[in-house]
Amino acid sequence: MRKIYLGVLALYLGILSSHAQTTTTTPPAVADSSNYQTRKLKVDEINFVSAFYHQNGNNSAVTGGIGTEKLSDFANTLDVQLSKYNKAGRKNTFLFELGVDHYTSASSDKIDPYSVSSASSQDTRVYPSLNWTQSNDKTGNAFGFTGSYSHEFDYQSFGAGFNLTRVSADKNTQFDFKANVFLDTWKVILPVELRPPGYGSGSHRDDNRPVDSKPRNSFSTAFSLSQVISTRLQGLFIVEPSYQKGLLATDYQRVYFNGDFATGAGPNGDVYNERIESLPGSRYKLPIGVRFNYFLDDHFIIRTFYRYYMDNWGIRANTAEVEVPVKLTSFVSLSPFYRYTDQHGTRYFAPYGQHSVTEKYYTSDYDLSTFHSNFVGLNVRLAPPNGVFGWQHLNMLEFRLGHYVRSTGLNSNIATVNLKFK
Amino acid sequence: MTKKKSLVLSFFSLGFVCLLASCSSVKQYQKNRLNDAEMELSARKAQKFEQSFQLYREGASGANGGKSGGGCGCN
Repeated sequence: MRKIYLGVLALYLGILSSHAQTTTTTPPAVADSSNYQTRKLKVDEINFVSAFYHQNGNNSAVTGGIGTEKLSDFANTLDVQLSKYNKAGRKNTFLFELGVDHYTSASSDKIDPYSVSSASSQDTRVYPSLNWTQSNDKTGNAFGFTGSYSHEFDYQSFGAGFNLTRVSADKNTQFDFKANVFLDTWKVILPVELRPPGYGSGSHRDDNRPVDSKPRNSFSTAFSLSQVISTRLQGLFIVEPSYQKGLLATDYQRVYFNGDFATGAGPNGDVYNERIESLPGSRYKLPIGVRFNYFLDDHFIIRTFYRYYMDNWGIRANTAEVEVPVKLTSFVSLSPFYRYTDQHGTRYFAPYGQHSVTEKYYTSDYDLSTFHSNFVGLNVRLAPPNGVFGWQHLNMLEFRLGHYVRSTGLNSNIATVNLKFK
Repeated sequence: MTKKKSLVLSFFSLGFVCLLASCSSVKQYQKNRLNDAEMELSARKAQKFEQSFQLYREGASGANGGKSGGGCGCN
């Protein structure tokens, strides 16, 4: 009985002591700041992504399906995300991105094999874009617009887009819609031996003769539905129909025919059994994809992706990808990944010297052929709470290596680094 | 639309509808695992350039967050 009394007394003293820290006087009235959002423009995050890509193979489309495909690309993007709340409490997010790629291509150099090194042997692509999205933090609903531009020495692109997000009341279902238009202009560069008299090389460094320009316009939409399925599983279903119109063939890519006839004469009077690539002026594409991510336990997560693709050129493809992030600690993960693609090629493809002159459309571009490919690699992610290497602003560091092998003989390697600052 | 295309579309639609029907309502406070950075339902930013080279080296593209137009990619 004494124990009960002592227990009740201890409980009472405990309750008293818990109130001992509170003041008995009424605190001065202050405005509720729990929902306060600053209206100043602030930096949410900055991402820097840099990659080095190198490939090799022996089926270059520039030389009709034979010859080196050696290519190196050094690609970089910097994106800055800023946000600001307006008077109505809506969040305005601005995402500015600047991309700069520099590539060297041995096959593009063969557009003009008589020069020591043609203008096309290397190029730099610059592509800025700006997205503005307005969102409601309470509902999760959002909409926005994007403007983009891309410039290469023979190619220019202007893009515009619209995005819309709708989230269910319980925040377990999200619908996203995107629409994009790209209005591109392509300088028509021809293989040196197939240029008509007076037609330029496209390089203004040493040749001011005129070249044609042709449009290539792309219109795409994306409908996606993401769903929380359980406390460990969520999925995404996406359909992304698109349509392209204009010059869809690459006019500096050669095709060699099986007949014995001449269509042009080279600088030395050589006779060529060749033409430039010819493909239809329109293309409909329909990719359908699903993603499922499963939180297996505190150490393993399974990320999966599958896509079926079809278009009106006859290409059909199945792509499956699996990635298994292994959490070594809460802030360090290693993610091995594997991707497999099986592609049934376009009806317009034939290898070097196998096209017939009676065909209307023809290409020897192995990217459009029948093949299967394997891509394997590893992703390393560091995101310690005190910043990577103790630098508070460096929120996350990701390093990624991948090796790609295609059944046509093409192989490539890519190394990517992503730095996220907050 | 061919019979094969219809079948593929029906398969995807039916599968997703079945999944939606089997969903349990998950509360916000139960989403700590789903909110893990590795559980994001989009491709990683570090995959951006992989998707670009795959777009150029394969005829198939789209539905994975990669670009669907703009810029040449003809090298």
